[in-house]
Amino acid sequence: MILTSVLWQVLQTLIAVLAAPLVTGFVRLIKARLNGRIGPSPLQPYRDLARLLRKELVLAGNASWLFRIAPYFIFSFTWMAASLVPSFTTNLVLIPTADMITLVALLGAARFMIALAGLDIGTSFGGLGASREMLIASLAEPAMLMTVFTLALLAGTTAPARIIDYVLAGGVGLQVSMGLSLVALLLVAIAENGRIPIDNPATHLELTMVHEAMVLEYTGRHLALIEAASMVRLQLYISLIICIFLPWGISQSGKGLEGIVLGLFAYGGKLALLAAGLAVFETVIAKMRVFRYADFLGGALLLSLLATLVLYVSEAV
Amino acid sequence: MTETNYLLRLLKDFPLVEEHRPWARRIVDFDAWMNIIEVLAVSDWDFLGLWAERQTQDNDRFQIHMSLRDAENTTVVVITLPLDGLSYPAVSGVRPGAARLERVVADLYGLVALGAEDMRPWLDHGRWLVNHPMAEAEAREVVPFGYDFLTADSEQALHQIPVGPVHAGIIEPGHFRFHANGETVVRLEERLGYVHKGVQALMEGKTVQEAAKLAGRLSGDSTVAHALAFVQAAEAAVGIEAPPRAVWLRAIMAEIERVANHLGDFGAVCNDAAFALMLSHAMTLKEKLQRMSHHVFGHRLMMDRIIPGGVAVDINKEAARHIMAAAREVRKGFQRLSDLYDDTPSLLDRTVGSGITMASLAHRFGTGGVVARAAGRAIDARKNPGYAPYGELDFDVPIEIDGDVHCRLMIRAAEIKESLALIERFTDGLPTGPLTRALPRHAGEGMALVEGFRGEIMTWLRLDADGLVARCFPRDPSWFQWPLLEACIEGNIVADFPLCNKSFNCSYSGVDL
Repeated sequence: MILTSVLWQVLQTLIAVLAAPLVTGFVRLIKARLNGRIGPSPLQPYRDLARLLRKELVLAGNASWLFRIAPYFIFSFTWMAASLVPSFTTNLVLIPTADMITLVALLGAARFMIALAGLDIGTSFGGLGASREMLIASLAEPAMLMTVFTLALLAGTTAPARIIDYVLAGGVGLQVSMGLSLVALLLVAIAENGRIPIDNPATHLELTMVHEAMVLEYTGRHLALIEAASMVRLQLYISLIICIFLPWGISQSGKGLEGIVLGLFAYGGKLALLAAGLAVFETVIAKMRVFRYADFLGGALLLSLLATLVLYVSEAV
Repeated sequence: MTETNYLLRLLKDFPLVEEHRPWARRIVDFDAWMNIIEVLAVSDWDFLGLWAERQTQDNDRFQIHMSLRDAENTTVVVITLPLDGLSYPAVSGVRPGAARLERVVADLYGLVALGAEDMRPWLDHGRWLVNHPMAEAEAREVVPFGYDFLTADSEQALHQIPVGPVHAGIIEPGHFRFHANGETVVRLEERLGYVHKGVQALMEGKTVQEAAKLAGRLSGDSTVAHALAFVQAAEAAVGIEAPPRAVWLRAIMAEIERVANHLGDFGAVCNDAAFALMLSHAMTLKEKLQRMSHHVFGHRLMMDRIIPGGVAVDINKEAARHIMAAAREVRKGFQRLSDLYDDTPSLLDRTVGSGITMASLAHRFGTGGVVARAAGRAIDARKNPGYAPYGELDFDVPIEIDGDVHCRLMIRAAEIKESLALIERFTDGLPTGPLTRALPRHAGEGMALVEGFRGEIMTWLRLDADGLVARCFPRDPSWFQWPLLEACIEGNIVADFPLCNKSFNCSYSGVDL
């Protein structure tokens, strides 16, 4: 039993990092097609990462040790967080050790490192990006935590696997709180991944960048790690939404190999569907003004607060 | 307008230069120049350009030319001040658009604008091998010097953001220095001149045909308009007119260029708000027009198709059908894009109210083109002073009043539709006849105002006795639009600058000369 859960944990951890570039490539491909372009193959991000890994590392003269170690921390924190989100099975060995709050903390730590690295180099763009990133974080993290609390109150646990069990057991029914939390989490996911309308991952305009502005000075394997971390994070958030709100098909403990295979296929299908949805959303909307971020993420925070309140009200009734 | 009359009366007393066409050039003295500056402070005459000339036949003395327009009476006038020394009274005090032109005159000729506030070099970045290349041209040691950017004082802690000259995107080089308070821009200063090519000096001593090619390469995206302004000035200088068929063909090319560039700008502005869909579709339409141009005129940008005395290429019935078909297709396609723009609130949220320019400022800087028309300044060289064949046609010059990014897009959209209609009318009613007329080789002075897609291009030209170019000054519309961009970004946020910048789309190459 333990052995299989270790095996599935290893598989889960590998999927979290190996499939991530494919998800990003798939989103880019769909966006290109929607724009009337042929677009590169969805495998292009793998080639980009391989190219960056091969390239020479160029460091700015005033880069400190912090700048050099940051990419490793950013990547490992994100990867660790990603391995905690059950994708195809809940039978994972690390499930009891970490919950959703650990997840938020790991992602917060990764963001802290990237903002420090952006400031460390001393360019105006690094500072600009770091300040915008912190503005977004200060709004997105409370919203994310409130969502977690709502789910925790509903399911009586903060562990994602237990929440899945609860949802699959039909304990939820048609809960208004779940709907509100879903919308809140979607808004947070868009902001945290630097997608349109918060940030444009494809822009070449230095002055409008958020995430890209902080990593402008990175090259070679450092840049590869940071790019890979963003890809992993995108897949992580999609997986999180899938596992909490669309868990159907996931293999629960006690199911055999066919359950795992079914879980893998269901996960892949849901991943592709949500990635395509992201691409469509990004195509039909323009980027918003920097000072509108507060409206967007304030909305997410309010929705998650409302979800908690509705929960208490409905319990009282 | 009494002061307007006063300026005209004042100029009447000074000698008219015989061979200057089509408008008057008058040679004034120092006192009159000072008087004119005083009158300009209170009159609404437009400032069109300022340039210097070295008179080789007159002891290498210098003279300063300034061209003005009285928009009310459609009068254009060139005023010349012969200099005894190396200085002249600055015009930039009353017409701030002249400031950079005065700095260029200082860099190229070593002539000092007395009383000018800004005496820093502009084109000269300290990398030239000589001082004042269009005057004495003394060799010097190349020591690139720093540039004293303007500062901003505030009680808040401000920080500087230097951007460029090398940018992340594939655009021309230019440096932007922001002073910002957090996200809010307190001051923006531009530093250009990185693509200086010495076009003015290159043109001297060239035949009109060679110089026309140079004019067509001043700014690649408005090659037709620049070539048109140059050949109109050249034809005026020798006193001929191009045959009617050539005039109409030129107008077709100019309108195609306008539509193609407006389409590109419309998409690019939306793309800077991360709405890539618009750019893809707008570029598809632009590509259709450029392929059609390649097919019909033999060049995607129609470079070198306009030559002194006429045009280099004729179109037949089949080509005319091609033009008509392309115009129809673009009209249909663009209607969908403009509907999409209207139906995308997230996009409108970015464009409405961003980067507002005021008409009063546009007037003070002499700004023309899309930027001025979006701010309620009805100015179009095709109407005023007007040139063939537009004089015979009745067409609309769209105006918006709010002067924001949205208005500039609306002007472009309206002009695309208007120009497509013009293309169809020109193609339909194309007169028959010869394509070119031989250019006599003799001395003369000519001037032309042509509406390019950015705004009005002013070209002034003097030919020597052999019919070679003695001096040519092509003034791109961007000269008076760049300073307005500095003004319009103040109080906006740093992240909105690319959007405002793209909605202006000023030329770097055109002003770096």
